[in-house]
Amino acid sequence: MSFGPFLLLALMEGLVTAAVLALTASGLSLVFGIMRVVNVAHGAFFMLGAVIAWFVSEWMPGPPALAFAASLIVSPLIVGAIAAMSDTLVLKRLNYEPEATIVATIGLLYILEQAALSLFGPDARPVPAPFSFRLQLPWFGYSGYKLAVIVAAIVLLLGVWLILKHTKAGLVMRATQIDRDTARAFGINVDRVYAGVFAMGAGLAAIAAVLIVPIQQAHYLMGGDPLLLSFIVVIIGGLGSLRGTLVAALLIGLSDGVISTFFAPTLAKIVATLAVALVLVFRPQGLFGNRTA
Amino acid sequence: MTMGRALSLHLGVLAALLALHFAAPAYHHTNIARIMVLAIYAMGYNIAFGYTGLLSLGHALLFGAGLYGAGLLVYHAGAGAAGAMLAGLLAGGAMALAVGLLALRTSGVAFMIVTLMFAQAGYLTVLYFGAWTRGDEGIVIPQAARAIGSLDLSDDGTRYLVALTLFAAALLGNLALVRSPFGRVMVAMRENEERSRMLGFNPFTVKLAALTVSGLYAGLAGAAYGLMFGYVGASLASVQYSILPLLYVLLGGAGTVLGPFVGALLMFYLIDYASAVTDAHQFVTGAALVLLILFAPKGILGTLRARGARWLP
Repeated sequence: MSFGPFLLLALMEGLVTAAVLALTASGLSLVFGIMRVVNVAHGAFFMLGAVIAWFVSEWMPGPPALAFAASLIVSPLIVGAIAAMSDTLVLKRLNYEPEATIVATIGLLYILEQAALSLFGPDARPVPAPFSFRLQLPWFGYSGYKLAVIVAAIVLLLGVWLILKHTKAGLVMRATQIDRDTARAFGINVDRVYAGVFAMGAGLAAIAAVLIVPIQQAHYLMGGDPLLLSFIVVIIGGLGSLRGTLVAALLIGLSDGVISTFFAPTLAKIVATLAVALVLVFRPQGLFGNRTA
Repeated sequence: MTMGRALSLHLGVLAALLALHFAAPAYHHTNIARIMVLAIYAMGYNIAFGYTGLLSLGHALLFGAGLYGAGLLVYHAGAGAAGAMLAGLLAGGAMALAVGLLALRTSGVAFMIVTLMFAQAGYLTVLYFGAWTRGDEGIVIPQAARAIGSLDLSDDGTRYLVALTLFAAALLGNLALVRSPFGRVMVAMRENEERSRMLGFNPFTVKLAALTVSGLYAGLAGAAYGLMFGYVGASLASVQYSILPLLYVLLGGAGTVLGPFVGALLMFYLIDYASAVTDAHQFVTGAALVLLILFAPKGILGTLRARGARWLP
């Protein structure tokens, strides 16, 4: 393959990464933006989403597409419920103190990973894609499912944006973000908003995992990379700024696709992590955020 | 009076550990040697987190600097174990100084994430230079290289005594540090940075110094761990090893001199016994973290100190 098509392939792979990353990271960004909680267990929620998709595909009779559609609903619901429960049982009691919540979510990460290891086992397991359509380009064939992932991610992100901007729930969330005490004074049940936001953030990670698992296989340690990349994206985009998160996900996803294709993936990750650390040191508001965000 | 009581408590612990050298069965003998080395690491972590209030999630980088600083010298350059241990100590300190110069420009959540990222970059670097470090598989240090003069570190008895010597030096050094005027300034930074600044102390230099001392401890522990147990691998520089000292310190009591050792001892045996019943030892770690932060954020010795034993340093 000559350079042009090769670059196209790298960019398409990058777009798939970017789409899934944008979904995962927007969950993290939402939780940080509204609750000011750095959720280290976010990668574990992602992993749970994929693992549940595998269980559904095993137990559900009928064509893979049906099981896949069921996972898209069941997986974020279960993961969201677990998240809401951990918020009420643990994070709320810590008064959302930043350092304490980080320690607690690290603990949660270990508990969830162990649960997956015990119930699901140490092996990576494949989940069938809902359809196997192949798009034939002049230079190479490309999986139609991967393109569907990109479209699905865009639709879901639009949905999140609509919920935040144009529904009562979104208004309540934004009010809580701006000033939690005033929101409480106006009769908003802040505890419920927080539990809901935490569930929604985890649910987004779970959906992203359901989308990626036909491409990637489910494994109990698969949450590490998405967590790291989501951190990177959220920080570069500006902590808590959803628009910045999306732009950064596109940037990181595409460059990851290109660097991993043309150079070593490990090198790409070293460069990205160091870049993030330096962004935080020298531009704590992120590349796109403003100081108050 | 109080100084005497604290000093005799710590000397008593050291004496008990010396007595265990003769009394403990072989299995526990090896365990305790390992715990003492890990406790040195946790003590270093405690100097940053417990006393100065710097919650780092990247101490594995400093532990790894000591581990590889010593391990690579011995393995590739044929250095002696004593020199390598010194090199590991300095590597930990130098790494902490370098990280601190950048990371201490941030604070709070940003500091945690920056340290986490630096440590992750360090871990990936170890994997990237697999030709030298042998990555995940790790380096097994040959027995011949694990000797300080005539002291054979691979021998159980010698290893225990060397570990005890290092532990004693670290413990008494820690005690002296927190009793010193500088130790009090560290605590002042933790309690109220603005007020300390008003009193004329520079928060940046105080924190940088504390972090560097913390790095010296972590580096020494890393070097000792590699040389004594003969294995230098990437897993020892992974994020898991950033969380361990945090767990030990939280359990034993942040901001207490003996807390890291107590935490390391209890956690080590808790996981050891849990492993006998179930293989879900990660669950024990996770549950311990959540329960501690929920119900006993001061840890064992911290709670004791709050309940009356105010003289505990």
